[in-house]
Formats: sequence, structure tokens, C-alpha cells
Amino acid sequence: MEWIESIKKVVGSEHVRTSSAHLLTYSYDATAGFQAMPDAVVSPGSTEDIRQIMEICRDHQVPLVPRGSGTNLAAGTAPTSGGVVLLFNRMNQILELDEDNLCIRVQPGVLTLDLCNFVEERGLFYPPDPSSMKISTIGGNVSENSGGLRGLKYGVTKDYVLGLTAVLPNGQVIKTGGKLAKDVAGYDLKALLVGAEGTLGVVTEILLKLIPKPEHQRTGIAYFQSLEESAATVSEIISERIIPATLEFMDRGTMDAVERFMNLGLPKDAEAMLLIEQDGEAGQVERDLAAMIDISVRNGAVITAVAETEEEAGQLKAGRRAALSALARKRPTTILEDATVPRSEIANMVRKIREIAERNQVEIHTFGHAGDGNLHPTCLTDIRNGEEMVRVERAFAEIFEAAIDLGGTITGEHGVGEMKSPYLQWKIGDEGIDLMKTIKQAIDPLNICNPGKMFAKANKPRVVVAHG
Amino acid sequence: MVSALQEKMKESFVEHVSEELLTDCMRCGFCLPACPTYLMTGQDEAHSPRGRISLMKALRDGQVLWDGSIEDSLDVCLGCRACEPACPAGVQYGTLLEEARHAVLDAKQPGLKEKAVRKIVFDGLFADQKKMKRTVGLIRIYQATGIQKVARASGMMRLLPKQMSEMERVLPQIRRKVRPAKPTQTYKVAFFTGCLMDTMFQETNSRTIELLEMAGYEVDIPANQQCCGALHGHSGEVPKAKKNAEKNILAFNHQDYDFIVQNAGGCGAFLSEYGKLLDTDEARTFSGKIVDISTLLMKAGFDRQLQAISKEAQSVVTYQDSCHLRNVNGVWEAPRTLIGSASGFTYIEMPNAAGCCGSAGIYNLLQPEMSAKILAEKMKGVKQVGPSVIVTSNPGCLLQMKVGIEREGLSGQIEAVHIVDFLYESMKNN
Repeated sequence: MEWIESIKKVVGSEHVRTSSAHLLTYSYDATAGFQAMPDAVVSPGSTEDIRQIMEICRDHQVPLVPRGSGTNLAAGTAPTSGGVVLLFNRMNQILELDEDNLCIRVQPGVLTLDLCNFVEERGLFYPPDPSSMKISTIGGNVSENSGGLRGLKYGVTKDYVLGLTAVLPNGQVIKTGGKLAKDVAGYDLKALLVGAEGTLGVVTEILLKLIPKPEHQRTGIAYFQSLEESAATVSEIISERIIPATLEFMDRGTMDAVERFMNLGLPKDAEAMLLIEQDGEAGQVERDLAAMIDISVRNGAVITAVAETEEEAGQLKAGRRAALSALARKRPTTILEDATVPRSEIANMVRKIREIAERNQVEIHTFGHAGDGNLHPTCLTDIRNGEEMVRVERAFAEIFEAAIDLGGTITGEHGVGEMKSPYLQWKIGDEGIDLMKTIKQAIDPLNICNPGKMFAKANKPRVVVAHG
Repeated sequence: MVSALQEKMKESFVEHVSEELLTDCMRCGFCLPACPTYLMTGQDEAHSPRGRISLMKALRDGQVLWDGSIEDSLDVCLGCRACEPACPAGVQYGTLLEEARHAVLDAKQPGLKEKAVRKIVFDGLFADQKKMKRTVGLIRIYQATGIQKVARASGMMRLLPKQMSEMERVLPQIRRKVRPAKPTQTYKVAFFTGCLMDTMFQETNSRTIELLEMAGYEVDIPANQQCCGALHGHSGEVPKAKKNAEKNILAFNHQDYDFIVQNAGGCGAFLSEYGKLLDTDEARTFSGKIVDISTLLMKAGFDRQLQAISKEAQSVVTYQDSCHLRNVNGVWEAPRTLIGSASGFTYIEMPNAAGCCGSAGIYNLLQPEMSAKILAEKMKGVKQVGPSVIVTSNPGCLLQMKVGIEREGLSGQIEAVHIVDFLYESMKNN
């Protein structure tokens, strides 16, 4: 193919992979059921490389799919239309730490955990911590607007992006934002590119805001005999005006899977657990944690405990981060969603998920960021069983429906990708879809930037579920 | 066009590689940061556990056809299994790799170079303990079996001269046969001598027995024991591995052994998986008794015996994990506690001590380039710590660390020793 030769001239042939092993191993991400072979896997070394690759793709109408570490959960990085998978393994440098302006300039390929460690060693803090942070890249986090365990108190990736450099589909390079606390010069293009899932161009450099590292941190856990008690605890914590750094929820099935992986000593007879963390000034942290433990007990917690050491706290958090993958050990296929509701509706949502699972006779376990209403109902199934998959799809449609009815959304932090694109209309309506498509059309008229994502060929008809 | 080999390969993967084990992987990518070859190749997914599993599945499902690039992906895997403890879904990567290599071997004749190495190693050396005992040093083995000619003809010597001559330099002197153990008390343990340990590291084996006796164990050395079969299993020679496993189970079939102890991490891991390999009650009972020397010494409180000797710390000691001891058997604390209890040294953990050193069975002979890269990275970590002694728990790692020391020109400054020798010297120097 002529265009592959052209790309080789730009980046060097050693950075263009077309072997069957490479095409196959870049044909997927972490989403079950979406897989397609790209035509080439390319590792550019600079923004200029990417600009030239973009021009070649545009001239030959070749799809361009940027990919970090391929941990996407909505098929956002599966090259389902073929084309080029664009890697950032050569663009993985921390370029500048500006301690006067409390910000850091990085290339997209830097791993999230490496960035966190780098700044924490210097007394600074980068809060967004998606569960895959050990291997996820900052570029992927920005393109997906990733959340994490600390979202409740500290917000998500978009709250930390100060500036971006991006290559647009027309081959132009834009720089937006800067080391500025305030900047209202025109449309907020940076906000548009964050979470655009690579559909509006390729982010090639990122300026991130940092904050001082909290001086103190404590982690506690509470176990409950019912999901409702744990959900009520969450609501009361928030209504008591406590904003913890982390307020995570796991149901019994999730705890069981995590226990089998980590041997943390989680009790076998509890129906739900909350992982609670507070950080900040030492006295305040201790008071908040004590208050949250009190609220847990008042709402029926049977066991509560406070992690004695940082290591113990770290283990508990690692267990929660591993929840999704740990659940995968139970059945051949694991499909998860991240329906999100206003935090006051968390108990309702948890109950509805359970009803939906029962009604459709599917196995769903739920964990998630209870404090910010972002739940991860995870269905354990077998993709080879067509009949069961129909029920699974119906259950998820009902979950989306329920979330939207409660004032929620179809995705809190995983993105739309291809997987949830048929449901986007449910959340934003025809008007929303029209506006988003107009934006996409204006910026990427040839539809070469991650095609097939965000917008579905056809919207799903909304299911009518008998509520009751 | 689908070639006959490609067709055969697909069938072989269907036959040998378990679909159930493949579907355990949900492709979350949590294994990636644990994989040495993924990191060493600049994050190449084709050289990652998730990538290799997806390739195995795609071959099986007919999504891709066998070719050199896929072969390369499977060959470059160290088999260190660092991905397993990192995997929340509990994917049995080691088993999948063995199954895949078995499938490949079944469908395809190995190349001349690989065949040469396989012949000496599997059919000659490791299949027969007696044959192994007659041979002296790895280089001479190559000469003695007439393999040198084959190797030369195949260009193997051109490919490997550096590794070979380095190996020769670091090979230990062979000592007398292990003397029979004298019975003492408490637990009765059977000692699995290991073929490499029993030939090239005989002194370490006699000291293993002495240490166990100092710790109060009664040690027995069952006759007729064989090579554990790990090297066979890891290279796809599953039927040969099973044969060795059956012979060993027979050799150790005594009710009154409380434990079967070994001092080689690689063997220990494989022995502990006989149950999985053969799927019989006898095999499971056997595997349930397998324990490594460090864990057994800790069980007897040997760290206190070491601590009882007081001597001022004069130099730094560090530890290189045996991948299989750590990743398969979950043992990393015991050796560190023991080493840390030895007087005269300060223990300092080296960066990435848990990462593979690149020895990986016969990997350093088959994939010299990647092995050298991994070792060079390892030695950077060693230099940061500046130890006078690097302790290991497996003969392959021990030789590899010796090669590393040699390559870095650190011979008079750093010594690589087996944990048994290190502990023995600590006791003796009292």
C-alpha cells in the first residue's frame, strides 16, 4: 500500500509494524467483543511526525486510531474500521516540571502512575487515578477524560488539563490553553478535545495542573449486611458535608473475586463494603474518618476498621482497582458499564441494577465510586452463548434507561467509544447528537479520526421497561 | 493461500491449547507492566502476555495464520510468569505457554539450531540423571555429545560464541558426591537434588543437607529421582515432562516424608505443578509436599540461629529473585529474611529484584540478544546497590548473574552465590 510506504518515510520503517503478530495484537482493547485488524501499527516520535502522518491519512482516507496502552473499556481504541493504530511508546517523556506555576508538561505516552510518582516525590499531587493507572497513559486519560477513585473530592482528568497541543484532521497543529489559572480567550477548545476519544484530532502534548500533596491520609473500611445500608451510609456522609478523597463500594460477588486474587481477609458473609479514605490536614482527616466510621455504624455496618499502615491501605485500594479484572475469573466474558447517577440516587440505582439482573436472569456484580454516583455494574457471561448475550444486552439497555430516569448518564468515565454509541442519543437527545455531529463534521469532514466511535450508524430504540 | 503447516498449526492449537484457559483473559492489560519483554521492547504488545494470549486464541480460532512473527512472539517469552501474580483474573499463563509450545512443537519440526540445543538438553542431559552426572561443564557436554559439529554446521556457534565462552568461565568446579544425610529428629524431609544442582553445584547440595540438619530436619535422598522435567515442559516437550514427573512421583512415594525440599526455584515451581500436569491424586499429594529450602529453614526458625551470630556488617548483600520461586510459589520473604539475618552484611534490595534476569532455562542460549538486554538492565540495578554479594535461589539465575558480573568487569568486586552457600558460609564463619 502506497500510504504505508509514505508513513515509513516519515517515521522510519522500523517504526511501522505490519506483521500478522502486530496487526493481531493491536486489534483489540479491554472491551469484550470488539476486534478488528488495523493495516499498520505506527510509532511516531514527534508532533511533526504525527502531523505528516495525519496528512497522509487524510490524502488516502485512511482511519487513524490513537492508542495508549489499550485499556479502554468502551472499544474506543479498537481499530474497528482498520487503518493506522497510532502509538505513543516513543513519545513518553516528562518534558518540564514548573514548580513556580505548579504544572507539568508531558508527552501522551507517559504512564499515569509514573507521573503520579514523579510529582509525589517532589511534594506535589496529580489526583486523577483510574483503576488502570499502573499501565494507562496520560494521553489516553486525556482523550477519555478518565476519572478514578479520587474523583469525588478532586474531580477528573479535565479538571487538571491546562493546555494541549493537538494535530487536527486538516494537518494543522493547534496549541490551546497555557500555564494560566484564568483564560477566556475564545471557545474552550481544550475542553472540546479532552474526552473527544481521538475523534477530533490527536493530542500530542499535555500541560497538567498539579496541587500540593496532602500531608496526611487515612483509609478505613466498613462492611454491611445489605447493599441498601451501604448506600444509605454514602448518602449520609455527603449530607453531613464530608467530602472524602475516596468512597468506594463493592458488593459481595466483587469482594469474593477480589479476595480470591488478593487474600485481603475480606469477610465472606458481608453483602457490601465501603472503602473510605480522607486526606488533608492531619486533625481534620482523623475527625472526618471517625465521623464516617460513626455514620457507617449508625447505618448498620457490622464491621469497621481503619488501616494501620500505608501498606495496608495500599493493599485495600489495589484490591478495589483490581475488581473488574478479578471478576473476570468467574465467567469467560466480562462486560461492564459505568452508568452514573446523582449521588443521592445511589441506593435506588443499586436496587434497580439488582432487579434488572434478576428479571433478565443474568449475573451482575456491582462495584464503583459510590461517592460520586459512578457505578460499575459488571455482567459475567459467555460471549459464545447467543441466547444469553441477548439477555445481557437487554439488561444493560435497562440499566442505561434506569440511570437516565434517575437523572444520570450512560457513562461516567469510560467514554462512549463504539460500545455505547448506540445509546448516546438516549442521554443527549437528537439535538445533542446533531450538534456533536456538526462539530465532528466541521473538524473532521473526511471522518478519518477514530471513525465509528461516539456516533452509531443507528441509535438503539429505547426499551420500555415495566417499572415497579 | 493457507500452507499445510499453517493448517496443521491451527489444528494443533485446537488440540493442545485449552479454550477455557484462553477465555480467562479479559484483556485488561494489568499484566503489561509486569512483563520484562514488553518493557524491554519499548512496550510492544506482540511481546506481552496479553498479546501472546490473544495470538494463541487467534491461531486457535483461525483469525490469524501461523508465521514467523507469531513464532517470534512466543519464542521471545521468557516464561518468567511475572504476569501471573499481576493478573486479577487468575489467568494460568504458564500453562497456556506450555500448551502453546507443545502445539507448535507438535505441528512443526524445530529449526536446526533449536533442534541441536533441544537434543542435547532434553534427550541427552536432562532426561537421564546418570548421563548428566558423567558430563562435566556445559561446554564439554556440547563437545561430548558430538553436538558441536551440528552446532557448527547450523551456525549456532557463530550465534552463541559469547554466551558459550562466558558460561565456560563462570561454571563452578565439580566436587564430590553428596554424602548421605545423618538422621536427627522432627520433620522428615526428602531432598530433591535436581540434575543441574546435583552435577554442577554438588557442594551446594551437600551444604543444603547440612543446613537442614542444623535446623533440625531429618533428610533423606530418595534414589532413582530424575530431572524435574521443567525444561521439557517449558519448551513444549510435554510428554517427556510427564514421563519425568511420573518417575519422580514413584521415587518419592513414601508416606513418611513431611516435605519434599529443593534448592532450585525453577525445579520447585515445576514440581509443585505436577498435580496440574498429571491431574492425579498421587501427583497432587506429591506437589503438596514441595517446599523450597528458604521456607523450610524459616519454618524451623533458622533466622534466629543466624541472628545469634554477631558480627559487624562490613559489606552489602542483595538478592535476585528466582522468577518461578516468586511468581509461581509466592516465596520472596523467606529468602530475604534469612539473608537479612546473616551477620556481617547489610541487606539492600536492588531495584526490580523481582524482575527476570534473562536466564530463563535455555532462553539465554536460544534468545541471546534479548537475554543480554535484560541482563544489562539488571546489572544497572546491581550497580546502584553496590553489593559484594548477589544471592540467588536457582542455578540458572546464579550462572546468569555470574555472566552479568563478568560482562560488567566486576569480577573481583562482586560475587554471585546460591542462598545455601551464603547461609552456610555465614554459619561456618562463626
